[in-house]
Amino acid sequence: MALSVDIEKKLGNFHLKVKFEVENEVLAILGASGCGKSMTLKCIAGIERPDKGRIILDGVTLFDSEKKIDLPPQKRKVGYLFQQYALFPNMTVEQNIACGVREKERKAEAVAEMLHLMELEGLEKKRPHQISGGQQQRVALARILINAPEVLLLDEPFSALDTHLRFHLERKVQEILGRFGKTVLLVSHDRDEAFRLSDSIAVMEQGRVETVGRKKEIFADPKTRSGALLTGYKNISRAKIVDDTHVYAVDWDLTLTVPRATVGVEYMGIRMHDIRIAKGMEENTVICKVIREIEEPFSYTVLLAPAGKKAAMPLGVQLDKSLWESIREEEIAVCLPPEALLLLKA
Amino acid sequence: MDWFPLYNSLRIAGISTVITFFTGIFAAYYIAKAPRVLKGCLDVVLTLPLVLPPTVVGYLLLRILGPKRMVGAWFLSTFGLKLTMTWWSAIFATTVVTFPLMYRTARGAFEAFDETLAYAGQTLGLSNSYIFWRIRMPYCKQGILAGTVLAFARALGEYGATSMIAGYTPGRTATISTTVYQLWRTNNDALAFRWVMVNLAISAVVLLAVNLLEKKKTGGRSVV
Repeated sequence: MALSVDIEKKLGNFHLKVKFEVENEVLAILGASGCGKSMTLKCIAGIERPDKGRIILDGVTLFDSEKKIDLPPQKRKVGYLFQQYALFPNMTVEQNIACGVREKERKAEAVAEMLHLMELEGLEKKRPHQISGGQQQRVALARILINAPEVLLLDEPFSALDTHLRFHLERKVQEILGRFGKTVLLVSHDRDEAFRLSDSIAVMEQGRVETVGRKKEIFADPKTRSGALLTGYKNISRAKIVDDTHVYAVDWDLTLTVPRATVGVEYMGIRMHDIRIAKGMEENTVICKVIREIEEPFSYTVLLAPAGKKAAMPLGVQLDKSLWESIREEEIAVCLPPEALLLLKA
Repeated sequence: MDWFPLYNSLRIAGISTVITFFTGIFAAYYIAKAPRVLKGCLDVVLTLPLVLPPTVVGYLLLRILGPKRMVGAWFLSTFGLKLTMTWWSAIFATTVVTFPLMYRTARGAFEAFDETLAYAGQTLGLSNSYIFWRIRMPYCKQGILAGTVLAFARALGEYGATSMIAGYTPGRTATISTTVYQLWRTNNDALAFRWVMVNLAISAVVLLAVNLLEKKKTGGRSVV
């Protein structure tokens, strides 16, 4: 069930140019809102039409601008889970699931099976607005999966749900995706969600896929500035190479030691929890003034300005609650371990 | 009391409502999707009968359908059919006058439709006509019903264009509105009053129906 996408589409000033291939795994498309994630899914489903390019699903050409092929959405065997689930409000749960069944003879049987599988028994006669968000999500999935699509597209599947429900419902969806076993595209702007549910991650920025790779590799080395932002790097500065092992962080006004400075580096970053209180004179130890402390539920985020420097941006450090409460001072020495410093392209 | 005017009014209003129901929805569906400039132009043309004086509409209709005019003359020579001064001539008048009501209410309802439902239907393999009749129409039901009732009410009350194209022949083309005018003109005040009461009763029932429909969560915006 390989899906290969290589399309371009212009929309006013926005230029979508996407290319990737995926086979029998969950690929998360991670990007900020408005980067073209949903548009990509709509092109694959046939709701939007790309200006040029090719979409091939399991050997079948869904779209090819050169060969003038553009299959209607009805013939694409693509399951699309919309952000708000798009259940038909005038139909019951049962009718919603049954309405698209292709094999009419097996309809009743297939619907009953789906209701059981999705834990929706007892809700057959309810209308979509009478059931919970999680149940709505499962009705929408049931109605898609009943026709055994070749690929599943999930557009921000949890954004319509309350935060405290998400984790639990995410496990159910994970279970369903596991059973599905074919190609799944998951669009998300939530890095944790993307990490938990996917095998691979494609980072998207302004209509382009910047990096694609196994999720662990992407999180360990996002390669680009937008990738770093999306995978949770809060401290990012412009960078200039000094020599083989030293880089100057422009926005922090600091020269820092790195394991190896590579050519083409334009930014550098470090995770907030990777910065720690310095023990003695370690490498990359910086004396900082505390600008602000922000209390989080289980930790403190402390904003620091390197002392005696002209930093354009503060350094954020995440510290354990009890630790910060015991040392709380106006000036502290922190260490930016060289191995935790990430060098990035633009 | 001769009940013919009531019967005639109801059948004219009924038939023209059926016609505007389909043409209005058809126009609304396609124009809601049209590019902006075309939409603006068509909108003006199709809404015009709503704001024109009915006598102007009547005049224009006679200009086209009159026995010596283009369409009218052709029908007369080809089928031997006179398009004016029969009971069904009034249907031309009421259809044209009520069309904008149906069209505008239906368009408002269609524009409020959540298009992702149609997309969802397509990806589920549902045909476009299934999506239209089983998903889009039920979703826009309230707006469309309100438009239909308004169109019916307006058709029932049509006077100006109707009297010009169908005239007033007792027992043949008389409607409630033309009868009231005729009775008042001939000083038959008592009978005129009774017809006025009949008309008031029907209109009140119709407006009550509109209000009940609009009180529920409606997909469309009302135009009046």
